[in-house]
Amino acid sequence: MPLKTLAKFEVPYLQILNEHGKVDGRLMPKLSDKDVLYLYETMVYGRLLDKTCLSLQREGRMYTYPSSEGQEAAQAGSAFALKPEDWMFPYFREICSHIVRGLPPEKYLLYWMGDERGQQIPENINNFMICVPVATQLPHAVGMAYALKYQKKKSAVLVYLGDGATSKGDFHEAMNLAGVWNLPVVFLCNNNQYAISTTLDKQTASKTLAQKAIAYGLSGIQVDGNDAFAVYKATLDAVNSARSGGGPTFIEAFTYRLGDHTTADDASKYRSAKEVEEWRKKDPITRLQKYLEEKKLWTQAYQKKLEEGIQKKINDIVKAAEGIEPQPVESIFNFTYSEMDWNLKEQLNSIK
Amino acid sequence: MATLTLVQAINLALRLEMKRDKKVIVLGEDVGVDGGVFRVTEGLLKLYGPERVIDTPLAETGIIGSAIGMAVGGIKPVAEAQFDGFSIPMIDQLYSHAARIRNRSRGRFTCPLVLRIPCGGGIRALEHHSESPETFFCHIPGLKVVVPSTPYDAKGLLSAAIRDSDPVIYLEPKKLYRAIKEEVPENDFTVPIGKAIVRREGTDVTLIAWGAMVQECLKAAEGAKASCEVIDLRSLKPLDIETITASVQKTGRVIVVHEAPKTCGFGAELSALIQEKSFLSLKAPVTRVTGLDIIIPLPKLEHYYFPSADKIAKAIENTINY
Repeated sequence: MPLKTLAKFEVPYLQILNEHGKVDGRLMPKLSDKDVLYLYETMVYGRLLDKTCLSLQREGRMYTYPSSEGQEAAQAGSAFALKPEDWMFPYFREICSHIVRGLPPEKYLLYWMGDERGQQIPENINNFMICVPVATQLPHAVGMAYALKYQKKKSAVLVYLGDGATSKGDFHEAMNLAGVWNLPVVFLCNNNQYAISTTLDKQTASKTLAQKAIAYGLSGIQVDGNDAFAVYKATLDAVNSARSGGGPTFIEAFTYRLGDHTTADDASKYRSAKEVEEWRKKDPITRLQKYLEEKKLWTQAYQKKLEEGIQKKINDIVKAAEGIEPQPVESIFNFTYSEMDWNLKEQLNSIK
Repeated sequence: MATLTLVQAINLALRLEMKRDKKVIVLGEDVGVDGGVFRVTEGLLKLYGPERVIDTPLAETGIIGSAIGMAVGGIKPVAEAQFDGFSIPMIDQLYSHAARIRNRSRGRFTCPLVLRIPCGGGIRALEHHSESPETFFCHIPGLKVVVPSTPYDAKGLLSAAIRDSDPVIYLEPKKLYRAIKEEVPENDFTVPIGKAIVRREGTDVTLIAWGAMVQECLKAAEGAKASCEVIDLRSLKPLDIETITASVQKTGRVIVVHEAPKTCGFGAELSALIQEKSFLSLKAPVTRVTGLDIIIPLPKLEHYYFPSADKIAKAIENTINY
């Protein structure tokens, strides 16, 4: 008997705003000028805050820090598609997502300055904590989506991961569970093409990461991760589908990490300056700026004013983060359990 | 009052807790249609439906990882690891996340889940089906660890675990699943986490055990010339140091019994604590009767590995004659 084809699949790719700032009007999502300016200003803010973090680290005022430079569109574009009642599960390189979701920015700094209070998310914000062990946050997002569905809440979960995460078991188990349980969860993979030094071809033999969704019965799409409009549209479609029972989606945002993996890394060891330069030309902020300029929404004076305002805000944020009163010694014990047992009390007394 | 086995008592606790609180859900491999490989969750699917009794894919990390998200999301997952040996991949999620969520978020989030694990050996099981992983869990700040040894405690401790606001590892001694029956009230009661119980009073030597080893200790105590006190810890973390200290200061002699390997087993912790708290009361070194520092043998030779009433009896004699 001849071989039959049981199933055929396609992996769609979406780009709306190209690197020259030109938009494909047919694909453009509904975004007001105010929305677009918000996205742009958030990305600029994210980049400047990120730069501040790098300086603080160099000056010894912050510990190891992972820069987000180059990935602002994937972050801001996706987080902007959420409603406040939705949940966001970040990984560790997500500065603009935190800003969009309303995390007080001094908390973002506090965490990287080595203070647990940075992860004490305000009660009214549905963000989970930064996750350092790769891919381990994915099943949590799935469980949260289950809890939301079980409690008949009409909200979705957006969880971030990097390209390296797609090689881990947690990723496959989480994707599989999300598919089997048809949950309102969206996986957004920031494929910046490097897991520290490990390139994509060492990470996977798949042509795209998006196609990994297919095996689990999920919708999968690759988008230009440096195109805030494409990321926004793909995420918006995915969360809308999730909220209305359409199940999970996997989005691969194809982007590039312009900086080092963290401040403890030197990317020049494993990639050329030329390669980085090529990707600078595709900078997500520059292309959005060109788009705004075309629309007469951007001038140099506007940019100057914007950056001055942001810088002033950042100065206040740094002051707030550095000026916070120290945590008492009890705080390192207080949250281990709901109550301290005799053993922890003894240990606390021994170091007081 | 019904006379129940340990399996039936756990099942009853689950039924009652699920009835009491709609937020309680059960998830694991084969826990629904099949009622669990040990029948612990039998009948729950029919009572509470597939949304609350979830037959999961075969994915230990996914089970515990999603349970973490559920717990953070306001429902109360009671997850099952099908066997002790298969709980090992879950340790990453427990150690890296479940145990730390309260602390990392400074109390903004909590992770009140229960993980049930059938554990222990001496039942001629397959490889990876006779393990005693309690030490791994006890070593993780943020987890609570309980081990019932009677049907009454099985029900009361599980209810307490489900109502607790921290992640609780609930270890079920497989050997005792159907070995003992006792009367268990069908009404609502809990056995508090962190409280040991003296199963037998004595004056010469204190035997400390949990899970299946409690029965071995009671057997050994029964046949011993010396007057043996038997403490069933029930809760390894938090530990009831008061009950231990009171007994040790009375008898001056201690034997700790557990199935897990000797090196770095929980007996080592107990032994250290006892000398810290009761050094001057000791008349003999604290002795350990434990599993061996080897891979648990397959069924034909497994009897060499596990502590038994005979091995404990010998230890009692040695301790008394020290």
